[in-house]
Amino acid sequence: MLDTRQTNPALPRAPGVGFKPAHFEGLTSDPGPVRWIEVHAENYMADGGRQIAQLRALSEEFAVSVHGVGLSIGGAQALDTDHLARLKHLCDWVKPASFSEHLAWSTHGAAFMNDLLPLPYTAGTLAHVAAHITEVQDTLGRQMLLENPSSYLAFDASTWSEPDFLAELVRRTGCGLLLDVNNVFISATNLGTSAREYIDAYPLSAVAELHVGGHAEDADEHGAPLLIDSHGAPVTDAVWTLLGDVLERTGPLPTLVEWDNDVPDWPTLRAEAARAADALAIA
Amino acid sequence: MKAFHGALLDPALSAPEGLHDGRGGAAGKRFDVYRNNVMQSLTDVMRAGFPVVRKLIGAANFDIVAGAFIRAHPPTQPIMQRYGDGFDAFLAAVPQLASLGYLGDVARLEQALRASCHAADTSPLEAAALAGLTPAQLTHTRLEFAPAVHLIASVWPLFDIWRFNSEDGAPKPQPVAQHVLVTRAGYDPAPHPLSPAQGAWIAALMAGASLDGAQDAAAQIDPDCDIATPMALLFAQNAVTGMAWEGQT
Repeated sequence: MLDTRQTNPALPRAPGVGFKPAHFEGLTSDPGPVRWIEVHAENYMADGGRQIAQLRALSEEFAVSVHGVGLSIGGAQALDTDHLARLKHLCDWVKPASFSEHLAWSTHGAAFMNDLLPLPYTAGTLAHVAAHITEVQDTLGRQMLLENPSSYLAFDASTWSEPDFLAELVRRTGCGLLLDVNNVFISATNLGTSAREYIDAYPLSAVAELHVGGHAEDADEHGAPLLIDSHGAPVTDAVWTLLGDVLERTGPLPTLVEWDNDVPDWPTLRAEAARAADALAIA
Repeated sequence: MKAFHGALLDPALSAPEGLHDGRGGAAGKRFDVYRNNVMQSLTDVMRAGFPVVRKLIGAANFDIVAGAFIRAHPPTQPIMQRYGDGFDAFLAAVPQLASLGYLGDVARLEQALRASCHAADTSPLEAAALAGLTPAQLTHTRLEFAPAVHLIASVWPLFDIWRFNSEDGAPKPQPVAQHVLVTRAGYDPAPHPLSPAQGAWIAALMAGASLDGAQDAAAQIDPDCDIATPMALLFAQNAVTGMAWEGQT
């Protein structure tokens, strides 16, 4: 049926890219299969300037996903209400198709660490993360999507598996999920678990967006593999395969290619988006 | 999380207790991934914000000083376009850099350029708006400036130092004091050199003085100060957004 809604349509079940200012010309003149973009909320909170103007122009051509990286939803302390107000202002003028944040923390006391830091999965953290998600959804007046982290270690204190923890957050808050397939692969490799068992246990019916991205390979002091979520390289074949497995179960979903560091030229990123389009076409 | 947070910025501390590698072993160096991510991402923010300071002291020294700044003054909010303000004062207090007296001013200029980049967009006032004023009105006119406009006072050849370390083939700095006006005519901030008297003129205007009052401030430094050139610059660079008269609210 024809969707006639004028505002906040859902993200298309098509490839998107994490937008970089260097790609503005390429993206607008030759988007290839790219139908939507994702922007990091914190880069668009200035009063003005070129980046704001670019986002305003892009939001008229592409569906937009606003992706926060600084709210510290997974932290024990209260959310920064000033920052929440900035997010609301951004969502009010961009009118994004989607708003998402991370199952992670980055602020402790007054200090913001500019990284997505891990939390133990316990009854206590479940309660405060659920309360934070509810506060975000109430403030923004919309559902948010929560993204699974990439893990380099785990907590002795955890009593919940990550998929169960996420499923319970969905049940308590009504939030949706952003499934980062690269993060699933990284965490499983780093912690010696199975990515496919993770997907088996994961609440796929709540997923509204997928991420793929590149990672770097390292090893810990015992020689065990340690993948780093660098977003600075092409998506690996193993992650494309895992994406295919997910799409086979979910059907086509909005699928984002992330490339945030050592940003390539536009044709290179467009080719990655074309690969995502191929995966979506089979699903 | 307190122990986790504390160890992130202090490499002398060992990884917190209670972390494992998923294989029955302690997390060990895996914690360093988070440490590295934090320091690397914040150092990248500093490198992007202060390219000329970095060139002046060298990449290796810059990373050391930026790292010390990050540990002493971690971000207090998540917008990285704003992080690094205060680096000028921090640099000025590093004893090993005391011989580079101009370093703090260069950092202030780079902070101003970045702030200008992200300042609100405004509609400029055309120079023609002044043409319709009587001479009496003109002397009492106050100018309103775009939020992208910044003025950096310096006793050093600040503009020359910035340009020599930013542009290939730029002339070597001359031993003169230069104040620097930062404007943003479109989306790209640009620095412009001013004499100290011209700098005093714009500083007075930015502080709310009338054109008459600003001229007095400039004349105290240089009775022959050329005002026409910086006046033309302000309008050519879309730096003026409005005008008002003394007594007008």
